[in-house]
Amino acid sequence: MGRQKKLFMGLFAAGLLALFSITGCSQESGGKEEGGGSLGKDPVELLNVSYDPTRELYQEFNQEFIKYWKEETGQGVTIQQSHGGSGKQARSVIDGLEADVVTLALAYDIDEIANKRGIIDRDWQKRLDENSTPYTSTIVFLVRKGNPKNIQDWDDLIREDVSVITPNPKTSGGARWNYLASWAFASKQFDGDENKIKEFVKSLYQNVEVLDSGARDSTNTFVQREIGDVLIAWENEAYLSINELGKDKFEIVNPSISILAEPPVSVVDKIAEKKGTAEAAEAYLKYLYSETGQEIAAKNYYRPRNSEVLKRYANQFADIEFVTVDKEFGGWQKAQETHFNDGGTFDEIYLQ
Amino acid sequence: MGGNIPLGFTDTPLGSSREAADPKWVQWLLISIALTFLGLFLILPLVTVFVQAFEKGIAVYLEAITNPEALSAIKLTILVAMIAVPLNALFGIMAAWAITKFQFKGKNLLITLIDLPFAVSPVIAGLIFVLLFGSQGLFGKWLFANDIKIIFAVPGIVLATIFVTLPFIARELIPLMQAQGTSEEEASITLGAGGWKTFWYVTLPNIKWALLYGMILCNARAIGEFGAVSVVSGHIRGLTNTMPLHIEILYGEYQFAAAFAVASLMSLMAIFTLIIKSILEWHGKRQMSIENH
Amino acid sequence: MRSISNKQHENERIQVMGLRKSKKTGFKKYSILPGFGLTMGYTMLYLSILVLLPLSMIIFYSSQMSWPEFWDTVLDPRVVASYKLSFGASLAAGVINMVFGVLLAWVLVRYSFPGKKIIDGLVDLPFALPTAVAGIALTTVYAPNGWVGSLLGFKVVFTPIGVVIALTFIGLPFVVRMVQPVLQSLEKEVEEASASLGASRFQTFRRIIFPEVLPAALAGFTLAFARSLGEYGSVVFISGNMPLKTEITPLLIMTKLEQYDYAGATAIAAVMLVTSFMLLFIINFIQWWTNRKFISH
Repeated sequence: MGRQKKLFMGLFAAGLLALFSITGCSQESGGKEEGGGSLGKDPVELLNVSYDPTRELYQEFNQEFIKYWKEETGQGVTIQQSHGGSGKQARSVIDGLEADVVTLALAYDIDEIANKRGIIDRDWQKRLDENSTPYTSTIVFLVRKGNPKNIQDWDDLIREDVSVITPNPKTSGGARWNYLASWAFASKQFDGDENKIKEFVKSLYQNVEVLDSGARDSTNTFVQREIGDVLIAWENEAYLSINELGKDKFEIVNPSISILAEPPVSVVDKIAEKKGTAEAAEAYLKYLYSETGQEIAAKNYYRPRNSEVLKRYANQFADIEFVTVDKEFGGWQKAQETHFNDGGTFDEIYLQ
Repeated sequence: MGGNIPLGFTDTPLGSSREAADPKWVQWLLISIALTFLGLFLILPLVTVFVQAFEKGIAVYLEAITNPEALSAIKLTILVAMIAVPLNALFGIMAAWAITKFQFKGKNLLITLIDLPFAVSPVIAGLIFVLLFGSQGLFGKWLFANDIKIIFAVPGIVLATIFVTLPFIARELIPLMQAQGTSEEEASITLGAGGWKTFWYVTLPNIKWALLYGMILCNARAIGEFGAVSVVSGHIRGLTNTMPLHIEILYGEYQFAAAFAVASLMSLMAIFTLIIKSILEWHGKRQMSIENH
Repeated sequence: MRSISNKQHENERIQVMGLRKSKKTGFKKYSILPGFGLTMGYTMLYLSILVLLPLSMIIFYSSQMSWPEFWDTVLDPRVVASYKLSFGASLAAGVINMVFGVLLAWVLVRYSFPGKKIIDGLVDLPFALPTAVAGIALTTVYAPNGWVGSLLGFKVVFTPIGVVIALTFIGLPFVVRMVQPVLQSLEKEVEEASASLGASRFQTFRRIIFPEVLPAALAGFTLAFARSLGEYGSVVFISGNMPLKTEITPLLIMTKLEQYDYAGATAIAAVMLVTSFMLLFIINFIQWWTNRKFISH
């Protein structure tokens, strides 16, 4: 048996070696580019796992934070960004993506990280001010220039001649805010009569022409493919797409009532502890509440919590009557269960 | 026996002319139908990629393919392909030898297993590695405790890529080696040459073009894989984004010209490898025809 | 050199010994060629680590459900609608590819025209282009404001037709690459003989060429079909993802994952996996059948 077995074992070992060497190289490939010779502590690296529409926001904010942290502590910090659909990102963290902080579209996703993997304290939302949401947004309509279909409010969206673009609430966190906002309008309209509300939301979704899997795909469908009369979108997304894709082509319509979209943030305790980044991670999130952080948020069309900053950007953010998920829908856990899980109201509306 | 599905390596000598007996008008009709079909489904989308890539001018194009994030995506993509292709090539040779040089039971089943990654949805291909190595997965606890990262790091991307491209080279070699039979090797062994020598001097020269062609296809697919890699990458900018993922990100940022610029670079890489393939094929045919004469 | 060949002799001896052993179990026929243990062992090891072990996770996770739960998940109306679309569109794309693939292969093998080499090379492009890029490019071309979409009187993108287009793109190389070598090896003399015996061109095609090409075309069709069933990246851009109407099965797997429902996702994945496996087995059967026919000639 001797030689052949040896040969076989040799090849086997070579294969394993190859696999392990790939494993090994991942650990050192940390892309270390920190400002050398930091006087204070060893430089740290933060991974911020976020959702799609915050790319521009964090690009700017990270630069400011790096400067701030260096001045404050002398410690160099590099920040890695990961973006994607909110639910998908949360799942990646649950499955082992080593995020130091998560900045996602809805509290439900962070709750799931806390529940499913237990690496975030379950009371995470009480740890930072304002429900751990340093900035907010809301749901508005983006229509074509001149508003040819004269869309003013939610009840225009169920008109037969209107074609609506919104992503699929099953796959997109942002789309869930859209759905709940329309529900809130109907709820007020029909005084909480559930059958009428469902009927309303149903006829709205019957007008939806394309149900993309993510918020940005929807924007592209509306803007690039020129399909649909109205895009239901986050306020910041609507502004961004106007700026990026043509001020002369679109305009924003503010509905009479909308939902206060609260994209929350949290430190991922266990990971930050393990990586020894807890301090920097917490400071990173707190810095979002600082004047600089709030200013950057406002500049990127997120509504700042800081009233001073909000005042400065007042012309950018219209006065809309807001409902919140906590008050209107009893929190995200409940909203997810009643509306979006399999067999929830969204399925009911679509499958009947 | 199953599995002898050649993916395109053609071994007809150059010499034999294949002029058809069909009337000219039939020829042109068929050619134009075929080309219209190709034009609609293949060439137009390809042209779109290039038109959109240069929409904002050459400066934007160059910026898009030379900025650090694009470069790191390109590097990662090449690294992944450089690991996946040789491993799959070794596997392809081994599997083809075992399958074509010997008769044994369950061969059909084995070939079907090798084919399976072809037919597995990329989404599932990514998912299975998450289920295996993710923190909730079979080895998750152990990997986390030992601080070994597989998923959301380079190894996960490599594994998913190997899985998706696994059949290509074996698929290419099996039908060819089956057609060639075992007589040459048997003669060599009977004449006293050893197994390695036989493989090196008899088998390898016979299969080298098919092997190279298989590696080229495997490489092309490894570079382009999106679905499976997307599930296991973690999308960390400048770290675990391959070129296809980088394109998706740019597209999501409304940087359409930049997204298509990187896409056009990938198309160029694909076309380039296909050109190499054609040259190899031509070379192979010529050599065969020389040997035949 | 000598040491190498000594080693080889030893290997041979081992091989023969191994064969004697395996003869008893009747697993493998005798052969004087060496290396069965090594290559077979490596093949099995590689397949086990990279294919079987990962795929077994699908079975492992979906088995966490009870049977009624499993059936409820995989027979949910929305999921069933997605099977219909995925199977229907893959079938349509497969048929389109089979017809045009054979035509394309014929044209590429038998005729000569300018640019033929380039066209031949381009056929492999769908293997190489990232599927997401393909999806975006196809959507751009076929959208109502796109080059082709604006010429058509009906909607293509965000309908099942869009799904068929994307899947046709994805499966395009398979049939062509299967049929090409068969056509190439087809003896022209046979055709000529058939013609000289008074058969019309059409008769020759039907009686001589068609039966030869059919198995390869069917095999190509099945591969394209199997690949289309699982395709995700390109389809989600062009389909519009409307529940019950344009949702493909892989998207539903993603949807389940989005709800952290791993068992549900793997249940649907298991259904797809079994289907794929059966399809591939059919291909192999077709191939085996052809070969047998070939040998019995």
